[in-house]
Amino acid sequence: MSEIAGQAIIIIGALFNLFGCIGLIRLPDVYNRLQGATKCVTLGTCSIMLGVLISAGVSPTGMKALAAIVFIAITAPTAAHALSRGAHKSGIPLWEGSVVDKYEEEK
Amino acid sequence: MIEFALSLLTVSAFLCLFRIGSGPTPADRMVAIDILGILVVGFCALFAVITDRAFYLNIALAWGLLSFIGTTALAKYLEGKKFDE
Amino acid sequence: MLYRKAPNTHNWYSGYNKVINVEEATEKPKISKVVFVFAVTLAVWLLFTWPFAPVDWATIIAGSIISLISGTILAGVATQHPIKALNPVRYFWAACYVFALAWWVMVANLDVAFRVLHPDVPINPGIVKVKTKLKSDSAKTALANSITLTPGTMTVDLSDEGHLYVHWINISSTEVEEATREVVGRFEWLLRRIFE
Repeated sequence: MSEIAGQAIIIIGALFNLFGCIGLIRLPDVYNRLQGATKCVTLGTCSIMLGVLISAGVSPTGMKALAAIVFIAITAPTAAHALSRGAHKSGIPLWEGSVVDKYEEEK
Repeated sequence: MIEFALSLLTVSAFLCLFRIGSGPTPADRMVAIDILGILVVGFCALFAVITDRAFYLNIALAWGLLSFIGTTALAKYLEGKKFDE
Repeated sequence: MLYRKAPNTHNWYSGYNKVINVEEATEKPKISKVVFVFAVTLAVWLLFTWPFAPVDWATIIAGSIISLISGTILAGVATQHPIKALNPVRYFWAACYVFALAWWVMVANLDVAFRVLHPDVPINPGIVKVKTKLKSDSAKTALANSITLTPGTMTVDLSDEGHLYVHWINISSTEVEEATREVVGRFEWLLRRIFE
């Protein structure tokens, strides 16, 4: 039972990874790409790890998967923040359809 | 079923590679490199399930850590700073 | 002092941009901070070497020694008030926070999947400014990471006066008050109960 549940969660996670990477291709500028890709890939990889945890149970594999979930959930948004800030500081403009850029106005 | 998940991840990795090759600005390429690093962590987890060995998850954790450090270093470089300030 | 002290850096999480004062960090570490870092590192170590049913004293003692060394060195970059970690009410709110975060992360992913798979890519992006009342560094870090994982928003920068610059994929208001209520209001009350 837990085997099938774990595999279903792994498939869902891989699907969200695919959506994130499609977003990396389709969205127009670097900030939107970063936003969509980071969200989807974080949840996707965390779901894969959760599937591994469910199918492995309380074992060395499962505990390492639990550690990896916490680790990815902390580091992926931090890396996204650092990249977006670096991109803005290096002068990469927003997409031309953007509404407002308060960060540029108040720098 | 795990093979299907692996094929989905492979397609995602190729999409990332396309963005690394074609990204108009350096920041686009860095974003794709960051995402590819997280995808490799997922690959390692799937290999751990297929081969039923725990050490692939050690590789996944170490890869995630190094990918995070590399991304922050690249972001600092993008910001135009030296690495020690 | 190995690193010079820069006055205007955005020092809201250690490691990335925080200038660590090495003299303060190594010479007079407060004992509670050392214990805090020691406990966290030892817990992570025991998680990695999980099956300790037949107790392997060599592994545990080696982990304790390494945790003690890293606790002594890294006490300066730990959280400012480690005594607060002993309050059980905070753990209750932390559990609530984890469930709320999981719910909003799922909503965020369905939102992104909808926008990406829609033929027209319906986005309306921009960077807005919101303000937060949180004071401590760890609370601000958790808030920024939560904002990055919740629907349609991503933190770009955090200023010293408590303002966050947030990239929003589908802007509904550019006013500071409106944006604050929609973006920050989801998590601020929980994080205030956890960290402050």
